[in-house]
Amino acid sequence: MQRLIKSTITIIFIFIIIIFYISLGKENNYDTVNLVGKKIDSIELQSFNDEKIVNTKSFKDNNFTLINFWASWCGPCRAEHPILMNLKESRSLMLVGVNFKDKKKNAKNFLDDLGNPYDILLKDENGKKSIIFGIYGIPESILLNKELVVIEKFVGPLAKEDYEKILEEIGEK
Amino acid sequence: MKKFWRKLVKNKLFFLTFVFFFTTLSAQEKSIDQNQIFKNLRCLVCQGQSISDSNSDFAQTVKLVVNDLIEEGKTEEEIYSFMAEKYGDWIIYRPQLNKQNFMLWFLPYAFLIGGGLIIFYLIRKKREKA
Repeated sequence: MQRLIKSTITIIFIFIIIIFYISLGKENNYDTVNLVGKKIDSIELQSFNDEKIVNTKSFKDNNFTLINFWASWCGPCRAEHPILMNLKESRSLMLVGVNFKDKKKNAKNFLDDLGNPYDILLKDENGKKSIIFGIYGIPESILLNKELVVIEKFVGPLAKEDYEKILEEIGEK
Repeated sequence: MKKFWRKLVKNKLFFLTFVFFFTTLSAQEKSIDQNQIFKNLRCLVCQGQSISDSNSDFAQTVKLVVNDLIEEGKTEEEIYSFMAEKYGDWIIYRPQLNKQNFMLWFLPYAFLIGGGLIIFYLIRKKREKA
């Protein structure tokens, strides 16, 4: 019995050490890994320029769709803008911009200054729709395939590596 | 006849009391405490704060979405599932039981039972010796 107790205590001790080792080495920040591979919900968003309502189901018409969440007040959005302008040239990619909690006038000035890369421009005035997309800050971008399954999710401004990755995913590299 | 009325009043009182308790209980079950939900949701852009504690833009928007879901008639569990589906289990302070965390739920009980058995065995052995 003494031996059993000793070995039980040793096993528990080793188990606790393993748990600490795994847990302390784990990244505790929010990641988007579990969103990749999931189909997005049917979400309705209002057009930026008029009262028209656009449903995400309509993105099925495109081979690939990149939904980019942006705002004129967001500095990193300005930084990623040249990459979006480059992506505009892509033939199989539909670029959808969702203007997030922004003033229409400021958003318009932003696009006038830097260019409008979006094929479809939508708005999310109170940010509620963005929560349904799993967005927690901007800029963020979601790459979808024809079945509306998330292929990739980019948190933060798109970098050159992300640009390469998108071209690779859509088969234009 | 008097007996009959007395019985009827008694039965009615019993019936009314039953109805009162039943409706109160079911009303309690149906009503969702939104603050409880806010407290159990993690603010992803804050350091160690819940949605309830945070004034961040993200927390404020999540509160609006949770209120909408409550209005739609979603249960507390459905709201947690919805948020976990969008942001992963990390957003819930009290995660739901799943394949990844089942050990976390059952190990304390296993340790408790195992420890209890060891103590029981030791006490019995000591008694036998005495």
